[in-house]
Amino acid sequence: MCGIVGLFLKDRSLQPALGGHLARMLGVLSDRGPDSAGFAVYAAPQPGMTKLTLRATDRRAFFHLGNALDALGNDRVSLHPRATHAVLTMPDGSEAEVQDVLAAHPDVEIVGQGARMELYKEVGRPERVAERFDLPFMAGTHGIGHTRMATESAVTTAGAHPFSTGPDQCLVHNGSLSNHNAIRRMLVREGQHFATDNDSEVAAGYLTWRMAQGASLGQALEAALADLDGFFTFVVGTGTGFGVLRDPIACKPAVMAETDRYVAFGSEYRALVDLPGIEDAHVFEPEPARVYFWEEAA
Amino acid sequence: MSGEVFETIDLSSRALRDLNAALHALRSGTNRRDFRVLNPRGQHAVAVGVDAPVGITVAGHVGYYCAGHNKQARITIEGNAGPGVAENMMSGFVHVLGDASQSAGASAHGGMLLIEGNAGARCGISLKGADIVVKGSIGHMSAFMAQAGTLIVFGDAGDALGDSLYEARLFVRGKVASLGADCIEKPMRDEHVALLGEKLALAGLVGQVDPKEFRRYGSARKLYNFHPDNALAY
Repeated sequence: MCGIVGLFLKDRSLQPALGGHLARMLGVLSDRGPDSAGFAVYAAPQPGMTKLTLRATDRRAFFHLGNALDALGNDRVSLHPRATHAVLTMPDGSEAEVQDVLAAHPDVEIVGQGARMELYKEVGRPERVAERFDLPFMAGTHGIGHTRMATESAVTTAGAHPFSTGPDQCLVHNGSLSNHNAIRRMLVREGQHFATDNDSEVAAGYLTWRMAQGASLGQALEAALADLDGFFTFVVGTGTGFGVLRDPIACKPAVMAETDRYVAFGSEYRALVDLPGIEDAHVFEPEPARVYFWEEAA
Repeated sequence: MSGEVFETIDLSSRALRDLNAALHALRSGTNRRDFRVLNPRGQHAVAVGVDAPVGITVAGHVGYYCAGHNKQARITIEGNAGPGVAENMMSGFVHVLGDASQSAGASAHGGMLLIEGNAGARCGISLKGADIVVKGSIGHMSAFMAQAGTLIVFGDAGDALGDSLYEARLFVRGKVASLGADCIEKPMRDEHVALLGEKLALAGLVGQVDPKEFRRYGSARKLYNFHPDNALAY
């Protein structure tokens, strides 16, 4: 089944409340996906800095990694653990030395990177996962999230969404793809790396590949309609954008709400009921096979 | 009796099961007439399985299966409805003031489903005798395997309208993206204009549209019997 949510803010004054809204939306959709949950939050970028979201099964790994990073003597490199994840912030130009340190800590895995995105996912009830990672207190411009009811692969952190396959890019998926193996083989030939055998990661990788070739998010989603086969409702985040796409058969539910202050997505309307001004929002069902995307005003 | 007499049930303080249990306890001879349901907040199965001639107004958007299995009741949804609104309705009148999601009126046997906005995919799938009027447009695969009843659409219809249709009657005023297997356009004769007029009157829409503006679609009845030319298709 699974539940997906997304929130893209137009009104800056809502930014401090982004995480609070996303956490409530995920909590409501726990009964569509009680096995695991994940979310990505985009914050305003710090110029000249890159963020890596890291994951480790044993939290002590971050202690050792922190010490090793301290030994670099670069006080602009910092590590902030949050439960099983940590965000490593580093200035441009320090990538090589940080990568060397990470290579020496194979128990720590990179799950996302970019100027704005932080990504967290874990097994467990979605409302607990959100709390564990302090989502209710996170600020940001936009975010997406997923609650998973595992049907085709094990309940593991690696199988949880979102999947990130490019800088500041991530995707959540409700559905199942039927041609993901063929697409994965094609993308591997094109130089992409995949961390799992999950179909949704292939969808994320496909969009990353298209955007790396110069497509906009909207163009990449349009191309996905032709190339990806199966059931899907996708919600996608990029550094400045937010997109939604449903397959032409559109079995997987989707409701959107738009006001002057935000665009919100939920698998069901229940997920949206606590958003400000929802009573007067334009509430609609995104049409099958139609690309929807919003970009941050420059 | 004068003035507004209705009972209010607020779902922000009462459980949905309480609401449905109270509605199920009503019988045909009840003196209780009108109910107003507040704060549905997209919950599923609101006012499902009612069997009494009462009025129920739901003040807001609802989730899946609202007014499903309805008998006799007149149910108004002051918002959008999720998947399967009025599914398997037997009689009564269900009125959606906003849009309806997919499978609106699925397998409904009787009564009237009136949707002011658009309906999503699979509207009237497996329809068994009810009337559905959509003032907006409908999505793909609508009236799939519909057996009896009428589906009336003021706007457009999506792909594969009436696929594998039996004897349901389809009337569309706007464009039809494509017809499904065994669904064909049929001439709109006087009897069909009259039938459409009757149905629009039942929906309370007399004078809103001219029945002559609609086109009629129905079954070519070519799938009813096995044809030996298709033997190799199995």
